[in-house]
Amino acid sequence: MEEKIKFELNGKQVEVKLEKNQTLLWVLRTQFNLTGTKYGCGDGYCGVCTVLMDNDAVRSCGIYMEDVGGTKIVTIEGLAKNGELHPVQKAFVENDALQCGYCTPGMIMNVVGLLKSNPEPTRQDIIDGMEDNLCRCGAHTRIIDAVESASKEMKAIPQQ
Amino acid sequence: MKETESYQEYTQKNRTLIPWHRRDFFKLIGGGLYVFFQVGNPFKIFGAEADQRRTLSDDYNAFLRIAENGEVSCLTGKIEMGQGIITSLPQMLADELDVPVNRVKMIMGDTDLCPYDRGTFGSLTTRSFSHPMRKAAAEARAVLLKMAAEKLKTPVGQLKVEDGVIFIKNRENKKVSYGELTKGQKINKFLDIKPDYKDYSEFKIMGKPFLHSDAIIKVKGEAKYGADIRLPGMLYASILRPPSHGATLFSSDVSEAEKMEGVRVVKKGDFIAVLHEHPEKAQQALQKIKAEYTFDEKEVNEKSVFKYLLDSNPEGKVVKSEGDILTGKKLSSEIFESEFHDGYVAHATMEPHAAVATIEEDKVTAWVSTQTPFPAQESIAKELGLPLENVRVIATFVGGGFGGKSPHRQAVEAARLASITGKPVMVAWDRKEEFFYDTFRPAAVVKISSGVDKEGNIKLWDYQQYFAGNRGSDTIYDVPNQRTTGYSAHGVQPFGTGAWRAPGNNTNTFARESQIDIMASKAGIDPVEFRLKNLKDPRMLAVVEALKEKTGWKPQISPSGNGYGIACGFDAGSYVAHMAEVKVDIQTGHVQVIRVFCAQEMGFCVNPEGAKIQIEGCITMGMGYALTEDVEFTGGDIKTENFDTYNIPTFSWIPKIETYILDRNEPPQGGGEPAIICMGGVIANAIFDATGGRLYQMPMTTERVLEAIEKAH
Repeated sequence: MEEKIKFELNGKQVEVKLEKNQTLLWVLRTQFNLTGTKYGCGDGYCGVCTVLMDNDAVRSCGIYMEDVGGTKIVTIEGLAKNGELHPVQKAFVENDALQCGYCTPGMIMNVVGLLKSNPEPTRQDIIDGMEDNLCRCGAHTRIIDAVESASKEMKAIPQQ
Repeated sequence: MKETESYQEYTQKNRTLIPWHRRDFFKLIGGGLYVFFQVGNPFKIFGAEADQRRTLSDDYNAFLRIAENGEVSCLTGKIEMGQGIITSLPQMLADELDVPVNRVKMIMGDTDLCPYDRGTFGSLTTRSFSHPMRKAAAEARAVLLKMAAEKLKTPVGQLKVEDGVIFIKNRENKKVSYGELTKGQKINKFLDIKPDYKDYSEFKIMGKPFLHSDAIIKVKGEAKYGADIRLPGMLYASILRPPSHGATLFSSDVSEAEKMEGVRVVKKGDFIAVLHEHPEKAQQALQKIKAEYTFDEKEVNEKSVFKYLLDSNPEGKVVKSEGDILTGKKLSSEIFESEFHDGYVAHATMEPHAAVATIEEDKVTAWVSTQTPFPAQESIAKELGLPLENVRVIATFVGGGFGGKSPHRQAVEAARLASITGKPVMVAWDRKEEFFYDTFRPAAVVKISSGVDKEGNIKLWDYQQYFAGNRGSDTIYDVPNQRTTGYSAHGVQPFGTGAWRAPGNNTNTFARESQIDIMASKAGIDPVEFRLKNLKDPRMLAVVEALKEKTGWKPQISPSGNGYGIACGFDAGSYVAHMAEVKVDIQTGHVQVIRVFCAQEMGFCVNPEGAKIQIEGCITMGMGYALTEDVEFTGGDIKTENFDTYNIPTFSWIPKIETYILDRNEPPQGGGEPAIICMGGVIANAIFDATGGRLYQMPMTTERVLEAIEKAH
């Protein structure tokens, strides 16, 4: 049974007609062609599909569309504003905190979620907050550095 | 930093302009300077037989193009998978050509546009491919200078080049740009006379640290990987998989799947797939298929596999022999016999295999996440019975390879389904399929018999590896009586195995460096001194000396309780020496790696930042195979299906990582693999130093660590 579901996606109101048991990951990737949100494991273990749902970092592969109605979803494509990279995106570039880049969108969305709930995390907070986002290339040390520099940058520019 | 267009965007944007035959391509892109060159067979480096299927003698392995606007395109059959050649190749090209690095565009892994290449593996891009590329750039520069001399009516000796513009020295208003020179002209030139490379002292771009040039599109989520390609009318395929390797489909019933709206079922023998315009619907339809199999009952599992391999009557080949083993035994005051085991390890890239294929008028175009676009083209052509020129493979960004994306089964599946359905088809494996069809690093056994004299000189080294592979099996130590034998047999592995980042060398270096440590400890000699005493190669000695100096190493006799381990090795032309510090919880067996130092000598280092990132990645990834990564299975039934049971390193594992790259003006060598080879040995030796427990098997799980500690006390 298809139903109409309305939600906010990257700052715009959208409406889709689909089955409630479809997952957010595949709706983003197919209906909306937002392919920045990746598939990695399908079971919430790896975090490459992480998006923001009402400011919380969530695994889109485990979110059913019936729970998406009325929420605000932000994907990696919705982070940059007016061509300006988000401070977390900038920090990843400046710290060279990626290699193959496949886990990068999920990492960045998880960091954005982490910094929303804890704007000045300690190194241990970062490790704890990022623990369940997997990276096979081994960019971890640089990702931790990137989170620290993004946190400082965002403190200096509080509107972010 | 300037935002760079991805090569995928570039090629896709220009896709409609690119016809099937290369000569038309040249016609269409018009003026510009073309420099063609060919590269020798990279397999010669490994001493393997040359690939006779497509010889490179009358083909060009890569080429560059200078457009009228001065933009330089570097076309290469290599692909980018995180190793950073999308950044380092332009550095080399720009330096030899004297153009700004941000004016070099990469077009990678497109079988229509790029000359033939066997694939991106073996750390061969820099140490093999870069040489003819640099020579081509040097010749292009020489040809352009000659053209400028004619145009400016000035001898070449009075000209200079800066940023793609040729000036008359001291009369800088008299100038002509590369783009202006090539306009309307097409110069085809083989490298008969090869101008020299620039001297190391002349480099302005090479040797300087550069950030990943593809970072911006990657942080924006714009970089396209295999599963990110979208074509009109595209169907997503889910393919029926056997429950285990060796199982045969006995009967199947697809009727329930066929009833689902919008589902297309393909059934060709045992190849059964369901397709739908929504991937989740295709998945649901697959669940409705009933299938029965007959099984090939193999009992072997991850515990019994070592005996299974040794019992398989593998054929042994001596790969190196010096002196005499019996003499070595006589000269030794003590003989050490060890047997080391290493389990199967998965590539477990974050991106599973994916491909999209479409067919128009007997011509296939496939976008594939692969390390081997040209072999993928061959496989598709063979499967569909098409001539090679009717198949075009375009490599997408690859979300991690490590050897796992050299096989390209998914590309053949997508092409086959596109051919059957007449629609564009995406085949994107799920995680279970990814583990099932992974070509694991093979389980292996190493037996070593070695001996030292009373002064701590190694006099005997008899090394036998079973199924690991020969790479890294040849000892790096100076031993008068030594023999290295490699054993292998076909059809023994119960499932796919293949190349895994520095194939063979991880297992071999674990075994060798553990054995060295065993001897040093028994001889009562500091493990660094023992290595320095028994090494001869000056480049190997230099990295160990660098390690000693940079870590402030204080002599110790293991087990000292410090938890410090040492290991060194050689891979892909580069020398590495590692020091690790670990903390072992003797109650739980948990090993926390606190610090890893790596000294690496890789000849001239093209991008020090890129090299450092690769070392960090090697150290991090290497901790996984050393400590936890193991594939569980019974016969061909792979029990490991996802990251809940396959534990790769996470943030809480990360040690303090220190890297030191030794500068050396020698030809640049491999950087993507060498620093991973020591991780098993260095951690095993650090655990021994901490606890006195010696680990003979990887992964060094908590249970095995506890067992080793118990044995030691």
